[in-house]
Amino acid sequence: MTTTTQDPALAAGAATAVSRRVTLPPMTPKLAAGLLLGGAITLFGLLGPLFVGNPSTVNNIGLSGPGNGFILGTTQTGQDVFAQLAYATRGSLTIGLIVGVLTLFLSAFFGIVGAYAGGWLDESFSLFSNVMLVIPGLPLIIIISSYVPDKSILLVALVLAITGWAGSARVLRGFTLSLRNRDYVAAARVSGEKPWRVLGVEILPNLIPLLASQAVFAVIFAILGEAGLSFLGLGASGSFTWGTMLYYAQNGLALRLGAWWWFVPPGLLIALFGAALSLINFSIDEIINPKLRNQTRATRKKWNLSKSQLKQVVKEDEL
Amino acid sequence: MRFLLQKVAFYVVALWAALTLNFFLPRWMPGNPVDMMLSKLAQKGPVSPEARSAIELLLGTNSSAPIWEQYFDYLGKVFAGDFGVSVAYFPASVGDVIGRTLPWTIGLIGIATVISFVLGIVLGQLAGWKRGSWLDNFIPVTTMFQSVPYFWLALILLFFFGSMWRLFPLNGGYDVYTTSPGLDWDFIGSVLYYGALPALTIVISSVGGWMLGMRNMMVSTLSEDYILTAEAKGLKPRRIMTTYAARNAVLPSVAGFAISLGFVVAGSIVTEVVFSYPGIGSALLQAVSSNDYSLMQGIFLVITLSVLGANLLVDLLYTLIDPRTRARA
Repeated sequence: MTTTTQDPALAAGAATAVSRRVTLPPMTPKLAAGLLLGGAITLFGLLGPLFVGNPSTVNNIGLSGPGNGFILGTTQTGQDVFAQLAYATRGSLTIGLIVGVLTLFLSAFFGIVGAYAGGWLDESFSLFSNVMLVIPGLPLIIIISSYVPDKSILLVALVLAITGWAGSARVLRGFTLSLRNRDYVAAARVSGEKPWRVLGVEILPNLIPLLASQAVFAVIFAILGEAGLSFLGLGASGSFTWGTMLYYAQNGLALRLGAWWWFVPPGLLIALFGAALSLINFSIDEIINPKLRNQTRATRKKWNLSKSQLKQVVKEDEL
Repeated sequence: MRFLLQKVAFYVVALWAALTLNFFLPRWMPGNPVDMMLSKLAQKGPVSPEARSAIELLLGTNSSAPIWEQYFDYLGKVFAGDFGVSVAYFPASVGDVIGRTLPWTIGLIGIATVISFVLGIVLGQLAGWKRGSWLDNFIPVTTMFQSVPYFWLALILLFFFGSMWRLFPLNGGYDVYTTSPGLDWDFIGSVLYYGALPALTIVISSVGGWMLGMRNMMVSTLSEDYILTAEAKGLKPRRIMTTYAARNAVLPSVAGFAISLGFVVAGSIVTEVVFSYPGIGSALLQAVSSNDYSLMQGIFLVITLSVLGANLLVDLLYTLIDPRTRARA
């Protein structure tokens, strides 16, 4: 890095250009499937509520299966399951988004800043995040939310973020520690770059894939956590999320009555959205750790090698 | 030795943090537990001032003593094992309720987690060894199971195995009609039968993570030079896989085992609620729904204590199996 001889703005531009090229994952089938699935569910959450009726409207045809004007049937009190699902998707995704952003900031602050500063700051930040990590999250969330009778979505998200950032902070700290001792960072420091600049321009771009993957994890964690919380009847009051739908389904004895159209869709959407995010994360992981890159049979077939050559490759690979 | 002391010191700090959190949480929260309980009582009839002071006494919030004095009082009580009286299970004390429910949870979660860990390690090892095989391609599917909420999977399994095919019981920890708790085969068999479905839920939803972690470590380890050396020496592939690669690849999973325990416990609290399993998760929900704050705090402490204890155990074990951690300290 010879940034001292260059215009700083130019150097920064070059750095982001390089990082952009590196951080964009190649479009693998896994990534495409993940993006497609995740995008479809997000779109459903964004636009779905605009096209469905009021999800709380009570009707006199209770617990009817799909059909008869109701795409996914009705609940015990005749509410439209499909309409509820649309609003619930919006609610759950909102919580996931808020928690993802909050976790990103908290873990970046405690992980990256601490590790870069070193000394007692690092020691105390590290101790703090390790303690937060071993204290089990969900029981703590349950306790906290049982004290507050009327919760907004924002409060639930805040509680989830506070209990969920520690794992990411630890991962980020480990990576930052190895980065800050690299030669180019030392060179930047020696050449007189300010600490915030070293952190923001030299170190942070290298952390972007890791940050992205941690944020994706945080979103999965938040959606699962909120669903669990709401399922116990402790979620945000007066809101529709996948968890509250399952809560009402469980309390309405949907299981015993065989009303699968009520309890299957919300859980399935959680699972599909989680799977989509995991698929995206796989691709990000392959940037962080090139050793994991796809070497499956399907890829090898595209190389158009003869059978014996292919065998050779497989053998070398397994060494 | 220094390393050991560091570890123990960390867990003492973590324990103190948990205890302090437990003490200050009710005092920070906007709602007052006494007021909440009184408003619940008031719906049923007029509440006398005596009732208020009685509840305050019960929850230990009446004292006008300075907060640090309450704090030390509380710490002393906790170390004496005195968590107060449970409202939900009155007149049982919190300690009694926890003592009755904890063995169920530890048995269920403990066994299920160990099964899931061992299964995941073995399958991940095979997947990493034969990269690109069907098992390897199967891993994304198992990680999808991981994003399935525990309780929803439990609901689905319950729907099929309990409601539709009636292979497994719908709820409970053992057959309360034909057996009674004791150390006889009837009871043990009944416990295993009733625990099978909850345990299966936990295994299915957590095995994917272990598999993926082990597979990735296995792939990294296989590119090490000593694996090449072992190949060159003409050792049997099986031996290279197990004693050369897997032995080293398993280390991060063992370290991760401790961290993941907290998540497993969290997931199984909700699973217990679905199965009405007589464990600590059901007791926690019972406590929450009847505003039983002393029981909630007691359960939170016990869960935290068990997770911390398990972490410490794994940490100590880890220093035994990985000498590098000792050398670094």
